[in-house]
Amino acid sequence: MPDLLLELRSEEIPARMQRKAAGDLKKAVTDGLVEAGLTYEAAREYWTPRRLTLDIRGVTARSRDVREEIKGPSTSAPEQAVQGFLRKAGLSDIAKAHVHSDPKKGDFYVAHISKPGRAAEEIIAALVPEVIRTFPWPKSMRWGKASAKPGSLRWVRPLQSIVCSFGPETEEPVVVDFEVDGIRSGNVTYGHRFHAPGAITVRRFDDYSAKLEAAKVVVDADRRKEIIRADARNMAFAGGLELVEDDGLLEEVSGLVEWPVVLMGEFEEDFLQIPAEVIRLTIRANQKCFVTKPAISPTRGEINHPPLSNRFVLVSNIEASDGGREIAHGNGKVVRARLSDALYFWKTDQGDVPDLGELKPSAEKFGLNLAKPLDQRMARLDHLNVTFHAKLGTQGERVERIARLAEEIAGVLERQGFHPTPDLRSDPPHRGEGGAPAPPVSSPSMGEVARRAGGGDLAQLARRAAVLAKADLQTEVVGEFPELQGAMGRKYAALQGERASVAAAIEEHYKPQGPSDRVPTDPVSIAVALADKLDTLVGFWAIDEKPTGSKDPFALRRAALGVIRILVENSISLSLLRATMSPTLDLYIKFQKEGSEPLLAAVDTLAARGLATAGYRQEVYDRLVGESGKEAFAEQTPEMAWALAQSLLSFFHDRLKVYLRDQGARHDLIDAVLASGATPISPLEGEMSAPGSGLQPARGQAPSTEGGAVPPTPQSLDKRSTLPPSALPGISPTRGEIGQSPTAEGRKPDRASAGQAAPAEASEQSERSAVSGMNDDLLTIVRRVEALGKFLESEDGRNLLAGTKRAANILAAEEKKGTAIADAVEPSLFREEAEKNLFAAVNQAEKQAGQAIQNEDFSAAMLSLSALREPVDSFFERVLVNDEDAAVRANRLALLSRIRAATGQVADFSKIAG
Amino acid sequence: MTDAPSILDPKRSFQGLILTLHNYWAAYGCVVLQPYDMEVGAGTFHPATTLRALGPKGWNAAYVQPSRRPKDGRYGENPNRLQHYYQYQVILKPNPPNLQELYLGSLKTIGVDPLLHDIRFVEDDWESPTLGAWGLGWECWCDGMEVSQFTYFQQVCGIECAPVSGELTYGLERLAMYVQGVDSVYDLNFNGREGDEKVTYGDVFLQAEQEYSRHNFEYANTATLLRHFEDAEAECQALLAAGAPQPSDNAPMHKIVFPAYDQCIKASHAFNLLDARGVISPTERARYILRVRNLAKACGEAFLQTEAGGLAA
Repeated sequence: MPDLLLELRSEEIPARMQRKAAGDLKKAVTDGLVEAGLTYEAAREYWTPRRLTLDIRGVTARSRDVREEIKGPSTSAPEQAVQGFLRKAGLSDIAKAHVHSDPKKGDFYVAHISKPGRAAEEIIAALVPEVIRTFPWPKSMRWGKASAKPGSLRWVRPLQSIVCSFGPETEEPVVVDFEVDGIRSGNVTYGHRFHAPGAITVRRFDDYSAKLEAAKVVVDADRRKEIIRADARNMAFAGGLELVEDDGLLEEVSGLVEWPVVLMGEFEEDFLQIPAEVIRLTIRANQKCFVTKPAISPTRGEINHPPLSNRFVLVSNIEASDGGREIAHGNGKVVRARLSDALYFWKTDQGDVPDLGELKPSAEKFGLNLAKPLDQRMARLDHLNVTFHAKLGTQGERVERIARLAEEIAGVLERQGFHPTPDLRSDPPHRGEGGAPAPPVSSPSMGEVARRAGGGDLAQLARRAAVLAKADLQTEVVGEFPELQGAMGRKYAALQGERASVAAAIEEHYKPQGPSDRVPTDPVSIAVALADKLDTLVGFWAIDEKPTGSKDPFALRRAALGVIRILVENSISLSLLRATMSPTLDLYIKFQKEGSEPLLAAVDTLAARGLATAGYRQEVYDRLVGESGKEAFAEQTPEMAWALAQSLLSFFHDRLKVYLRDQGARHDLIDAVLASGATPISPLEGEMSAPGSGLQPARGQAPSTEGGAVPPTPQSLDKRSTLPPSALPGISPTRGEIGQSPTAEGRKPDRASAGQAAPAEASEQSERSAVSGMNDDLLTIVRRVEALGKFLESEDGRNLLAGTKRAANILAAEEKKGTAIADAVEPSLFREEAEKNLFAAVNQAEKQAGQAIQNEDFSAAMLSLSALREPVDSFFERVLVNDEDAAVRANRLALLSRIRAATGQVADFSKIAG
Repeated sequence: MTDAPSILDPKRSFQGLILTLHNYWAAYGCVVLQPYDMEVGAGTFHPATTLRALGPKGWNAAYVQPSRRPKDGRYGENPNRLQHYYQYQVILKPNPPNLQELYLGSLKTIGVDPLLHDIRFVEDDWESPTLGAWGLGWECWCDGMEVSQFTYFQQVCGIECAPVSGELTYGLERLAMYVQGVDSVYDLNFNGREGDEKVTYGDVFLQAEQEYSRHNFEYANTATLLRHFEDAEAECQALLAAGAPQPSDNAPMHKIVFPAYDQCIKASHAFNLLDARGVISPTERARYILRVRNLAKACGEAFLQTEAGGLAA
């Protein structure tokens, strides 16, 4: 069977596009062949910077003749139907149709169509030009004379020639003849641009690849990679070095050469004072060279060797006449110039900024010490009003929010027994991915290390780390290599003597970057990482830039997953609704200010031109920033903040489901647990008198400067969701209320000492926050899902589930019918022993389960509920709910609803499958 | 007295390098132009490229263009960075099919042997936001150093190029440093002589680099520059309006495109100086660039309504 060889030779194709393009070419051509009725045995694609090549073996020489029958209308059908049939079948005359008979339908027309097979050459000659014209390059161009006219051929770079040869192994293949925009297919290609520029005539893939190899072109990219990898390793090894492997770079470099020749260059050892990562990126990004490190001797086990050596590996495209001396020398010169720049950046970042004199106000705002270089950079970031996002304001404003939130979260962590890690100055600043491996997910000991007593004020450290977290965005090195953000901040922080946990938090606050990235465990890192991510989520929620479908340009799903992993894997209990309040309010205050400023300016202008009276101007001022404005703000903002927080919380619930499902949890159990908390319990009564009024003073902002205009309403807010009058949590950043759950403290001995913790019994109503009634503590949800899963594996659990479902079904049916159900169970109406028993059991179980839930002991809650199993079973066995006496019936239904309510404290059993 | 071929040797003489390239491209048929007599940031700004790349008429030109990048000034202290340097610019419209070979041929004539040096075409898509221009092409590397830009213009002044021009931009100082084997631009031999007769690049330009760095970063009067920007923008718009073809004209053509484009160049340079002085915030920066681009677009559109732009007289 014949083989097809196709080569599209062009000017240099960008390295990053080659592999995919070759794959696209294979798919388009083989799909096209199959669609045209041909088959093939095997196909493989090849590529170099200057060609895409396709080797297809065992193509059928002709497509088969096709016969088909098209059924038409009855012979007695109207003329219109017959005409339609002729058009469809492509017949000119009905006489050319056959008449078939059917015992039921009678006589009807049938067209016999036969399409003769086509020669493969003919199919290929039509197919390939079409593939070339519609090729899916990510970016393509026009060129040359032809580009004067519209619709000229587009290719990634000018297409130079096409080889298209077809024939069986035993015969001389033929050129499949076609033309695309003036380029005629043939059997001639060219070798290496400099080593073998002459024409080469080829027949099929075997001689093609052999002749190209002789002409110093390795057409197989994976072989080029292997050559480079092996030669680079050997060359490094011979010099007592080890290659720093870099698969991405290897892929790129293999796409820059047709004939790889590996050489070694060097630079002055003095440059090794630059951080290894900066050297590696400098040499990689600008020169596309590999770095090497001193080989570790297995016998001596040296530890104190420098991380890199001063030798680098480069890949050239020629066998140079001098053995590559000039090439290595030239590359070395460029590397030196680049490293000089890098060294300059690294040194500059450790010195004073030029505009130091202007940074005082910013330094005061953040409590920065302008004697320190990184502090200066943060002050400068604020001073220059560098934008974070057009609608969300500057980086300085963002850092202010993050610092405040980090401090609040640190307070929560402290009350849950987290303490700062003692500062061991000998701690080497280790890189995130190096050092100790991350502890396994959900290991019980997680966080325990961090919880050991340490020194210092966690909130203070968290604030300091947050304030410095973005400072490296103003450094020269990060300006040059944005991917080093965080890592550089950590290095500069360590150099200026910050505590190890503060320095580490600067790098780790970006973590985890994805599902497999390490989760920070140091409490300072945890506080800043959570604050950063929550602020980002709140911000983009407030401007309605939520992720939709596959679009998530601000990586908000990743941020939410990061929050979930940090909380769950470190066993941290955090009220998300409370935690998102302070950044939310900060943003609304900002929106409000910005919204009213242009209006005030406008009315000033109008007044100055005499177009608005002084009285009117005053009225506008009153409305925007005066008393009535303040009132409007106080009325509107809590509603909006609450709606935003709820919307964000349901996003968290969705992401938590994905997370738990990935961990193997049952989807229905998650739904059941989430559904059970949906009814807000009366929260925080008395903690604040009115939703709005408690906010502003606590924010430490003078209301008179806030203005009173209605803030621009973010479209994201769900207007239908209304604020439960007493549900808004008391926001008091200074008091750090966002981590509630006194019972959680009870669990942990060293938390009891925290001053905030009220005894669990006494504060049941006030401390058990509204917000936890909203399922906003993800750790609790996870614990409940776990406990529920275990419970349902037991006999008691399965039976209780069945009983509860039965009760719920009966109730649902009666509720639908409108049957009267008593508001409360009336013991005097009991007729049966089983009723009495069940009532007693429900009371007992409900109380015990409620208590256990207060203590966040969900296994105990389940255990209490399991006591219901027997009474429920015997109730259904012995008692007829539908008693003739309406009062008795209503009472029994009320009893059933108590079962539903009791189990509902843990989960909505109706959502559980089975 | 050194003999003539030697002092013009591109491996020994900066001016020899320029003259060698002139001869090479003149032999190909280019018009060899002189630098444009205005301050520009790159050879592309020369109307011989910006405007002539538009419209259907063929055009082959080569020239040296002094390029001013106020922000790149280093007070003469950095051996690789200058606020004033030379670009050698070649524009061929439409691009000939063998443009890569022509370029490699030019490297050979200045002494770069492709079997001794590693020459590579590395993806680099060129874009000039101020000119509303973009193209696909490469950075041309010689032993890891970028020595030229190679671009197939797809759009200039926001207008599709039909046909496409090929543009070559040689970084003359870098190339000369490479072929002369020196590490500092200021050590380049300018005139190809030795001993007392030798004039270096530093002799010619070091003091100017120092003075212009002071000017660009410290002394340039920002209020004046801001006014210059505004004036140039207004003048460009006024000229384009005044020269616009009238329906009453016999052959309606635009009458004042080149002078209007000069004002666009002026605005662009004033912006570059303001940027170097650090008085333009990132958001304002984008707005200024947009204003220059709007001028360039308007000039490009007007050029298409002229004879050189392809309108039949």
